[in-house]
Amino acid sequence: MLYDALIGPFTEFEFMRRALAAVIALSLAGAPIGVFLMLRRMSLVGDAMAHAILPGAAVGFLLSGLNLFAMTAGGLIAGFAVAILAGVVARSTGLKEDASLATFYLASLALGVTIVSIKGTNIDLLHVLFGNILAMDDQTLLVVAFNATVTLLVLAVIYRPLVIESVDPLFLRTVSRAGGPAHLAFLALVVINLVNGFQALGTLLAVGLMILPAGIARFWSRDLTAMICIAVVAAAASGYAGLVLSFQTRVPSGPAIILVATVIYIVSVLFGRVGGVVRQLFPGRHLEA
Amino acid sequence: MAALHFHNVTLGYDRHPAVHHLSGEVARGALVAVIGPNGAGKSTLLRGIVGILKPLDGSIHLGGLDSRDVAYLPQSAEIDRSFPISVFDFVGTGLWRGTGLFGGIGKAAREKILRAIASVGLNGFENRPIGTLSGGQMQRVLFARVVLQDASLIVLDEPFNAIDSKTTADLLALVKQWHGEGRTVLAALHDMEMVRNHFSQTLVLARGPVAWGPTAEVLTPENLLVAMRMCEAFDDSAAACAADDVSSRAA
Repeated sequence: MLYDALIGPFTEFEFMRRALAAVIALSLAGAPIGVFLMLRRMSLVGDAMAHAILPGAAVGFLLSGLNLFAMTAGGLIAGFAVAILAGVVARSTGLKEDASLATFYLASLALGVTIVSIKGTNIDLLHVLFGNILAMDDQTLLVVAFNATVTLLVLAVIYRPLVIESVDPLFLRTVSRAGGPAHLAFLALVVINLVNGFQALGTLLAVGLMILPAGIARFWSRDLTAMICIAVVAAAASGYAGLVLSFQTRVPSGPAIILVATVIYIVSVLFGRVGGVVRQLFPGRHLEA
Repeated sequence: MAALHFHNVTLGYDRHPAVHHLSGEVARGALVAVIGPNGAGKSTLLRGIVGILKPLDGSIHLGGLDSRDVAYLPQSAEIDRSFPISVFDFVGTGLWRGTGLFGGIGKAAREKILRAIASVGLNGFENRPIGTLSGGQMQRVLFARVVLQDASLIVLDEPFNAIDSKTTADLLALVKQWHGEGRTVLAALHDMEMVRNHFSQTLVLARGPVAWGPTAEVLTPENLLVAMRMCEAFDDSAAACAADDVSSRAA
């Protein structure tokens, strides 16, 4: 009975196995990126970028249908264009970077939806906005796994400068020129993972599998390495539970995954060891030293 | 042998000079205090020396030193204290010159990090997150990182601000130890008593140099008064500086 509910779907159906593999790949790469986004106070930047890649992906869709290569390339170009444009506007005018990002991503979202609607149907639009992890073919799965592998390799290369730049940017500037390239590489990884999550969760929810696990991890550890591990596990667990939920009920897969992550997040906020609500309300008697 | 050459250096922001026409040189191994009122350009000068700020005019030469041979302790470090990193790891970043992106932190390096932490009196704090430290303890951590950087030119921007006397004494001893090891040390300071007692050379700065030389000769009430008066605000409608009357001298 329990076996049928929890493991059965994956032994029985290939599309469920593919979806599970995809969600694990997404978790392995996306969750560490999410932890750095959170620690660098860029969570909303990630969200904005997720919208920004839509028109590029939509142009890719317009040219070659639901082809992940074309949509990935388009998304990457659009993501970088918006990131750079927002930076330029912020730097050359008085406008703060978050305000100009907000403008650009709203514009991108509108443009993207328009482009998809011109050629596609409402089904296509839903697919682009919310993804469909159950419709993964082998080729798409390979692209997702490839992107995840590249992400982990690049993250390993830029890990040290990225950490030091997050803690003490001025120090890194005085000892090394790696800070700028590391930051750019990190932004590239954000875009790659957003595009990666695109197929599974859609443009609106792709950032969810990055940010929510990071938020969860923050409530359980004060150590960076532990945070990254917890975030990956939380993301993979949400993915698995979301798939099961989606299989057993009629909830679409993308929202199901994010809803499960949200439940874990709420539990963490309440009962987390580090700064959880219950801990703060009932901290126990103060220590001697 | 000079560790630092200033050639008619002007440093500033948006074309407004904060350090105006400074020339001179700092001998290798010198222990120099930079004093002056708030807004005199002390921090700006130090930022220029470590290369964060490009001169508007003139040039600064590091006497053949690579920028990695310079350790810089800024006045208000932009450190994100909430970032989850331990004292050990944070101090360990001082080894960047040797390890770079991938260099391993072996047993010898670990020993070095522990010794640096011990040298600032923070034994037992290795695994504490930096967010849990007091202001004085954080300053000790920053000094420990400077120790690990093993730099031949050390630049300290008001390192004893808001630090109690015990910590100040400990850290000052470290500065004198660096001096004893032949390193060049520049420090922006406000405590005249400390400058008089511990620093052999002094530069009195007030946008332009007021006086520069042995502390006993330079640190006079007249010079300090002049420095006080010379600090005026930015003039938004100031004309481009044409004056080449370089009012400065070598130390």
